[in-house]
Amino acid sequence: MSATPTPELLTCEEFQSQLPELIGSGAELATHPHLMNCALCRALLADLETIAEAARQLLAPVEPPDQLWRQIEQAIQEAGKGAGE
Amino acid sequence: MSSTEFSAEVPDPSEPSAFSPADTPGGRAEGRSAPPADPVLVRAQAGDHQAFAELYGRHKRRIYSLCLRMVGNSAEAEDLTQEAFLQLHRKIGSFRGESAFSTWLHRLTINVVLMQLRRKGLQLISLDEAMDPGGPDDGPGRSFGAADPSLAGAIDRMTLEIAVASLPPGYRLIFVLHDVEGYEHNEIASLLECSIGNSKSQLHKARLRLRQILRRTASEEAQP
Repeated sequence: MSATPTPELLTCEEFQSQLPELIGSGAELATHPHLMNCALCRALLADLETIAEAARQLLAPVEPPDQLWRQIEQAIQEAGKGAGE
Repeated sequence: MSSTEFSAEVPDPSEPSAFSPADTPGGRAEGRSAPPADPVLVRAQAGDHQAFAELYGRHKRRIYSLCLRMVGNSAEAEDLTQEAFLQLHRKIGSFRGESAFSTWLHRLTINVVLMQLRRKGLQLISLDEAMDPGGPDDGPGRSFGAADPSLAGAIDRMTLEIAVASLPPGYRLIFVLHDVEGYEHNEIASLLECSIGNSKSQLHKARLRLRQILRRTASEEAQP
């Protein structure tokens, strides 16, 4: 069994392979030993945080086409006729 | 919430256990206290067509937007919105108010979309291979190289919309559920019948892919 490297000795590849779990767990990453010494991984993490933050902009609703309600009404009527037969 | 509350056959949203207020995604929806019965909802439950039309008017943007972001194209989003409201029409009588109506309808819609994606053959479990057979060139160890300008301040809504729409379906689904809609990994794992670790991993890969797309877009825009 191979020993797990200590955080400060992680390569970028090893650190990045742990990132999904680290981010998903909500751990405080700013003080992670690898990040303290690696500008590239800091930049990566900053971009990922920017993307997650920007995603909230997408909550803004989009208007559906006007004809959609007519289509739904029609489908409801047809379903009603089908149920009645 | 146990995983058994979401069956493989897509749960019936009228089941109260599957629609408890605890299912509300990441604090962006209504709280636990039950509001007084909404008269429009009550009328719609009694079969009043005008009241149902009013409910449609209230919720159409949210539901259409959810469908649009989950599937990435407007024609399919219209079909799915129609199907969601048809299902709502069939099942509205079974809504018993254990959760906010909007939360219940939101969950019903997600199930409609997931059913459609499964019908189309999207494997929501064997995520890596099935969702992106070509394999992303953004996995661990491939994200480092020359330092590029930060994305901070460089992402506008339209650019992000386009980038999200271009994601492979599985990545898009998890990104939308987690980062846009605010679902937690355990909720996504239940919905998609995958492990929590898989959900985290796929979300990470989705963000990496978005980073790649957004960087490419930014560099193209920067060229004269």
